Amino acid sequence: MVQHSDQHFDVIVVGGGHSGVEAACAAARVGMADGLRVAMVSFDPAKIGAMSCNPAIGGLGKGHLVREVDAFGGVIARAADAGAIHHRMLNASKGAAVQGPRVQADRKRFAAAVQRIVTTQASLTVVTGEAVALHTTPGGAVAGVVLGDGRIIAGGAVVLATGTFLGGRLFRGEEVFEGGRVDEAGATRLAQQLRHAQLPMARLKTGTPPRLDGRTIDLAQLPQQPSDAGDWTMSAATPGRMLPQISCFITRTTEAAHDLIRANLHRSPMFTGAIGARGPRYCPSIEDKIHRFADRTSHQVFLEPEGLDTHIIYPNGISTSLPADVQLAMLRMMPGLATVEIIVPGYAVEYDHIDPRALDRTLMVRALPGLYCAGQINGTTGYEEAAAQGLVAGINAALCLLGREPMILDRWQSYIGVMIDDLVLQGVSEPYRMLTARAEHRLRLRADNAETRLSPLAERLGALAGERKIALDHRTATRADARVRLAAMVTPERLRSLAIAPPADGVMRCLGQWLVVDAAAGERLVAASLELAALSPAILAELVEDLRYAPYIARHDAELRALAANERVALDPALDFASVAGLSSEMIERMSAARPETLGQASRIAGVTPAGLTAIMIHSRNRAA
Amino acid sequence: MTDMIFAPSHNDATIFALSSGMPPAAIAVLRISGPQAGAALAALAGRLPEPRRATLATLRDPTAALACERERPEGDTAALACAVACDGGSARKAEREKPEGALDRALILWFPGPATATGEDLAEIHAHGGRAIVRAIEAALAAQPGLRRAQPGEFTRRALDNGRIDLAEAEGLADLLEAETEGQRRHALAMAGGALSRAVGDWQQRLLLASARIEALLDFADEDDVIADDLEIQNIINEIAGISGEWRSWLARPHAERLRDGLSVAIAGPPNAGKSTLLNALAEREAAITSPVAGTTRDIIEVPLALSGIAFRFADTAGLHAGTGDAIESEGMARAADWIAHADILLWLGSPDTAPTHPVMCRIAAQADRFSVDPAWSLTVTACDIRLSALSGEGMADLRNWLVATAERLLPGEGEVAINQRHRDALAVALVALDEGCTGLSTGKARDGCVDLSTGKARENDPLMTDPLILAEGLRAARIAIDRITGRAGTEAMLDALFGRFCVGK
Repeated sequence: MVQHSDQHFDVIVVGGGHSGVEAACAAARVGMADGLRVAMVSFDPAKIGAMSCNPAIGGLGKGHLVREVDAFGGVIARAADAGAIHHRMLNASKGAAVQGPRVQADRKRFAAAVQRIVTTQASLTVVTGEAVALHTTPGGAVAGVVLGDGRIIAGGAVVLATGTFLGGRLFRGEEVFEGGRVDEAGATRLAQQLRHAQLPMARLKTGTPPRLDGRTIDLAQLPQQPSDAGDWTMSAATPGRMLPQISCFITRTTEAAHDLIRANLHRSPMFTGAIGARGPRYCPSIEDKIHRFADRTSHQVFLEPEGLDTHIIYPNGISTSLPADVQLAMLRMMPGLATVEIIVPGYAVEYDHIDPRALDRTLMVRALPGLYCAGQINGTTGYEEAAAQGLVAGINAALCLLGREPMILDRWQSYIGVMIDDLVLQGVSEPYRMLTARAEHRLRLRADNAETRLSPLAERLGALAGERKIALDHRTATRADARVRLAAMVTPERLRSLAIAPPADGVMRCLGQWLVVDAAAGERLVAASLELAALSPAILAELVEDLRYAPYIARHDAELRALAANERVALDPALDFASVAGLSSEMIERMSAARPETLGQASRIAGVTPAGLTAIMIHSRNRAA
Repeated sequence: MTDMIFAPSHNDATIFALSSGMPPAAIAVLRISGPQAGAALAALAGRLPEPRRATLATLRDPTAALACERERPEGDTAALACAVACDGGSARKAEREKPEGALDRALILWFPGPATATGEDLAEIHAHGGRAIVRAIEAALAAQPGLRRAQPGEFTRRALDNGRIDLAEAEGLADLLEAETEGQRRHALAMAGGALSRAVGDWQQRLLLASARIEALLDFADEDDVIADDLEIQNIINEIAGISGEWRSWLARPHAERLRDGLSVAIAGPPNAGKSTLLNALAEREAAITSPVAGTTRDIIEVPLALSGIAFRFADTAGLHAGTGDAIESEGMARAADWIAHADILLWLGSPDTAPTHPVMCRIAAQADRFSVDPAWSLTVTACDIRLSALSGEGMADLRNWLVATAERLLPGEGEVAINQRHRDALAVALVALDEGCTGLSTGKARDGCVDLSTGKARENDPLMTDPLILAEGLRAARIAIDRITGRAGTEAMLDALFGRFCVGK
């Protein structure tokens, strides 16, 4: 049956969450010059940009992703700045490479900023409706989506960014609901279709804590965590902090609360077996914490305000699926919460995700060309991870339709590259969260140099808009000039003129080295240079950090050269791993699921042995010969 | 990339090779590995024996259309195995006595995969070791469908491919096959048994744990369960120090090359001091040309020799003297000096006061039958001094005893695994990585930016502290280096080198 389509676009993004927003806006930015039309299908456009969990953006590893998305002109960092009411640089006392910028964002202002960016983005149209099915050509190619009211939205590429809405089930105590977030219908029909298409799928779980009424909390008796001083922002395009800064507060679970939770574990669906799926080890529910770390008598709970003009408080650290009455009783046993009221109880969500090993490195489903998947649907967790995938899927969907080379980011180039590589090669066994430990080249992948690393590429792809481009050109020139100045040797005369004692070791150093080794003297030298004194402190800090870790970067470069040989060995795309002698059945399963394109990729698949790798190489060469 | 040492096998190929030494010999062992191994053995022997049981059978060429003689009932297999292995003459005798049309009467063994040495179906034929018999059996095997001759190292490669052994074990096996002395064999057995692999596995675990602790500090600094203080960092550094201490002691162990190639012994001294004569006496044959003309030995002559089961490489070096300006002679002397410097043991035949410095030296008063002992001998005491006459045999037993005793000191002891150059390199790299992680690479020990350059000291209120990021980096680099021992990274070149050492069928 030939169906008539009601509207025509090129790229159709399903979902208006963090991933969908980045995908739609990135596709629109990249495709704008060529007249590419992008549609974003959303249940409810008023909910575009909603933060479904904690009201924070950034953090360790995650802050890196936000800055990287921003380097491509993305949305999340700008919206975070527009809503930022509390700033914190995590790991501030450690090396810059592991420092993670994080902000608490006013939920309402964040979503409003996202919606403003989406609605003003040229070439992007928001379509209200439920995408219930993929629209395909008689030959099975992806040709758009079918909406719940029967309308067909045609387009050559579809990006699924449906979050937890695929086959989502909510658990709160003995209650079970279908859907993604509370009060929203899940994309259950689409999930069924994907299951029919035989995409490899699995289930994961995640949880969220109850939301509290701040007016019923005695904040005065709780330790306060004020916002960091300073003027850093998430986006390079944000001129400064815009909103008043407010504090977070810290309370703790008590032994009485632990006893209560223990006594009610049988009412938690995660413990009764109602939820079989795996949850994140690094973000356990309070039931998990108490069950698994029985020796701990107290756990920290951060009380995070959800906005400037709301009294809702997000208690970070106690996600739970216990029944509402237990949640309330447990909370009231904590300092400052004796009379607390719950606005929305916490719950657990179990949802479908696609095994991301079914995707290629552009996040396209290998078996369904034209269909891209981004965000939580790929088994990840977090706004930042979702946004970064949306960016990759959106840009690549546009590039593919335009017949241009795909954008593949390498592991040594970006956290985004690390994440995509991990997802498509290793798959997930728990919700995937970015960590700096995942990036073997993290000394060069700093949050503070994301723009330097990625913006030139973004500019070539056309992902940067006019103003951002001008700012980038200016920054690039300033940085190059400052780099030359920092490389200049500091002469003994110069030291004398500033009354700085000569170094005890007699070594002549360049200005940059002075800053690395003896920051106090270095800063006096910088202050004495007209050009450097006028330089933005962020650029100066970035350059000094480059120098500090230069010996390690040089060693990484050598490692990379050694690895490049393996990356050049292409594996036959039709390689039947089951026919490779010597591969264990576990390796055959992993290789077949991930389908590595090169020997280098195969070598990164967890558990691969040198023998297995040799066997793959020999087999592949055999076929090629 | 370099080409593989051997042509890659088709995975369904069944390989065979003569696994014992070159015929003629008392017995010849032929191995067959791969999916057709059982069929091939059955085709030649008329049936498959019970798995893992040595069985006597008459081998026939199934392609030769000859009148079949049914094999005789089996006798006592153990007694026959003994008879097969008895003496060199048995091969010819067996050839005469074998039944009409039969290739040989042989012991056959059948090992169904995957729990075999190669991880595949494996068959062995222990035949009489005559050239004609071996040739005929090989021809019959080659004619079997799906069978071909093995490439060098291919049996071991299959074992590695099938996960039967890891790299360190494969290297141990290579050493085992090359081992000529009892000491080499014991050591290679320890390696093949995985002693090194077990140690590496232990290090990997401990490095991973140390990494995990430091990564927790970096990635979960905002969690109150993570104690991010200097004490925890110091604890991690202490754990790392424990690991690097172990590596240092492994690195201090005797080199595996000494076992594999033999201890190198330089025989040195002035021209015509009797060096070549001594070498001949040790070798008990004419290994070096000896003549009364000074300067006969212009090049290095190496003689491998086993004394009491220990392998040595003796080198008769060119006489050391002022020189005549002869270019060849100068070159010979330069080589001699180099050899002496790198030798494990030096036997010095010159005047004791002109002896070079060497940690393990025996000064020998040679040609004791011709010269009276130099008065300078009494002046200094060194590792050993021996009065010797190679011609009369005086002192030769003392010298042999001293060499064996010294070797036992220099070689790894019973149960102690020596490590080869590749392992040493990996350990050394890992050790440097850990040291750099603990102390920092760029600016010494300081957390950066807090040194007063005019005094070279840390600024007040900012104690020197290791950068946890650099500590984590050191651990990561160390893990990669250690992985190379059992071969998880950078495998290509090393595998090529490894398999280049194997000969057919071993």
